[in-house]
Amino acid sequence: MSSLTIRNLRKSFGAVEVLKGINIEARTGEFIALVGPSGCGKSTLLAMIAGLESVSEGEIRIGDRLVNSVAPKDRDIAMVFQSYALYPTMTVRENITFGMESRGVPKPQRDEAVKRVAALLQIEPLLKRKPGQLSGGQRQRVAMGRALVRDPKLFLFDEPLSNLDAKLRVDMRTEIKKLHHRVGKTTVYVTHDQVEAMTLASRIAVMHQGQVQQFDEPQVVYDRPANMFVAGFMGSPAMNFIPATLTTDAEGKPAVSFKATGGTAVLTLQDGISPGAAGRDVILGVRPEHIFRYSHELKASKKSIARVDAPVEMVEPTGAETIGLMRFGELEVTGRFDPDEAPRMGETITLGIDMSHACLFDPVTRNLI
Amino acid sequence: MTDATIAAVHDREAAAASRRHFFSRTIIYALLTIFAVIYLAPLLILVFNSFREQPEIAQNGLIAFPRSFQLKAWAEAWSTYCIGGTCEGMRRNFLNSLWMAVPATMLSTLLGAMNGYVLSKWRFKGSEVLFTLMLLGVFMPGQIALMPWAFLLGKVGLTNSTYGLILIHVVQGISFTTLFCRNYYVSIPDDLIKAARIDGAGFWRIFRRIILPLSPPILIVTVIWQFTGIWNEYLFGVVFTSGREQPITAALVALTASGTNVRAYDVMSAAVLIGALPPLLVYFLGGKYFVRGLTQGAIK
Repeated sequence: MSSLTIRNLRKSFGAVEVLKGINIEARTGEFIALVGPSGCGKSTLLAMIAGLESVSEGEIRIGDRLVNSVAPKDRDIAMVFQSYALYPTMTVRENITFGMESRGVPKPQRDEAVKRVAALLQIEPLLKRKPGQLSGGQRQRVAMGRALVRDPKLFLFDEPLSNLDAKLRVDMRTEIKKLHHRVGKTTVYVTHDQVEAMTLASRIAVMHQGQVQQFDEPQVVYDRPANMFVAGFMGSPAMNFIPATLTTDAEGKPAVSFKATGGTAVLTLQDGISPGAAGRDVILGVRPEHIFRYSHELKASKKSIARVDAPVEMVEPTGAETIGLMRFGELEVTGRFDPDEAPRMGETITLGIDMSHACLFDPVTRNLI
Repeated sequence: MTDATIAAVHDREAAAASRRHFFSRTIIYALLTIFAVIYLAPLLILVFNSFREQPEIAQNGLIAFPRSFQLKAWAEAWSTYCIGGTCEGMRRNFLNSLWMAVPATMLSTLLGAMNGYVLSKWRFKGSEVLFTLMLLGVFMPGQIALMPWAFLLGKVGLTNSTYGLILIHVVQGISFTTLFCRNYYVSIPDDLIKAARIDGAGFWRIFRRIILPLSPPILIVTVIWQFTGIWNEYLFGVVFTSGREQPITAALVALTASGTNVRAYDVMSAAVLIGALPPLLVYFLGGKYFVRGLTQGAIK
């Protein structure tokens, strides 16, 4: 059963179309992340699910009910805002119970609900405070408490972690994930942070320019991005794009060739892939973590390793790994190395590229081949 | 040795700087004092004269240091002095003004708050145009509306009545109160309203539970502004009321005009001060909130 169905949803502000036919379906209990750069329409989409923005065309169903013109309060949803939107003049307790008070829930029941949520989020000591007296993380908890207390069909999160500092963000991310496991409610989560999307979601909808570019499980989105936008957006450092031409290698197997420093490099494709006739232009997409220092052990341990020589232009150690920038002809290519085998500045390194994870894109349509 | 030399040079420069500082401060404070005296002089003369005896004023002139003391003028001005045939003092007019200014202030402030709430948080097609039109009222001189008001008050039978003045002041004041409140409410994040709507609160509950509790700073500003303006207003009072129905500003004019014999400067001074007390009181009580409210946003 699906608890949220969005069909051909469109939204225009005047002549500007910000959503151009969105289709998303969330199964009950699923955690959907809407991810994309700012201005892609993800927050507008969320506001439309919440009923805060009107629908220009298409339909939104929560459960089996068409909610296009249902008021926000009658949609059986709860929302956590980026700014938390806690009522500044009310105490934490009043903030949490305001919704129930508006709906005329009797006091004993309200107290019971507050007790349950406060225990769940460990905010009992804060109940008498005002939002102004809370830290960022505490406000975040209270905002979640206000959403949780409702026990709605659908949870909506609008970039809830982007106002927190880096460490707290990671902690709260884990906490949201745990919470979702415990509560098991269908959740739609908007973020511009692809790591958040990857870690939290059961499925990710990558949005760009008012359209869903890809809607799939995180690992699929990461490994087989539908197009170059998704490939470039998901993952950090970003995927390397190398313009290349289809050809055959010395053994007659399909391969790609491109201009590398000191000659043409020919990289044999993974067995069983035949992306088209030789001579076709393609874009080779290689993630930084699939570029290694070449060795015979490496060749032996992975199925399809291709060799390229490249001068090292820059090295950035981060501790856990070392980022190397190598020159491939006119391109700069990023690789993530184990610090033990990190390249050195000025060295010409022999790289092994794991072609089993490489992606090929059409240079015109920019879609995955 | 070197240290000592450097220190000495610095001391000399520091001493010169501090002399310059002292000199410029003296000039500044002298100028400030002069202007303060100029501004305060009229008030001071009024206060003096309200306690001086009439013969002494006549003898030494209006502007003179008091040589006599009495409280009689205040009592007379309040309850027995004759203005335009009735000898009830200013009391009735004072109460008229109070009975006019308090409800008019409250009503216009409340309406301004509601207008501001709608124009900032429930925008609709044309709401910006409407707001711009309402702003015109801020720049419109009151006398332009004299004729229409005369017509309207006549139609609804509110001429020569405090209720008529209340109506006028509420309507004339809405432009200002709306401007104040709307500009203040704009700084309240829209997310609060959205969150409340999802929480199931409607138009009025959001106003009562979220907007109003955030409003005291701007409401204090609006109340001070409106009360002072309405209390001190003179044109409508003098045009649309007469005699016992007049607010105190209009009655003060009648007081100066009704001089049949010797001008009672002592009583007049006391009467003027009685008329000026409420706005002054409001200012002293709420003045510090006035500046704070005008400069501060809704959410710190």
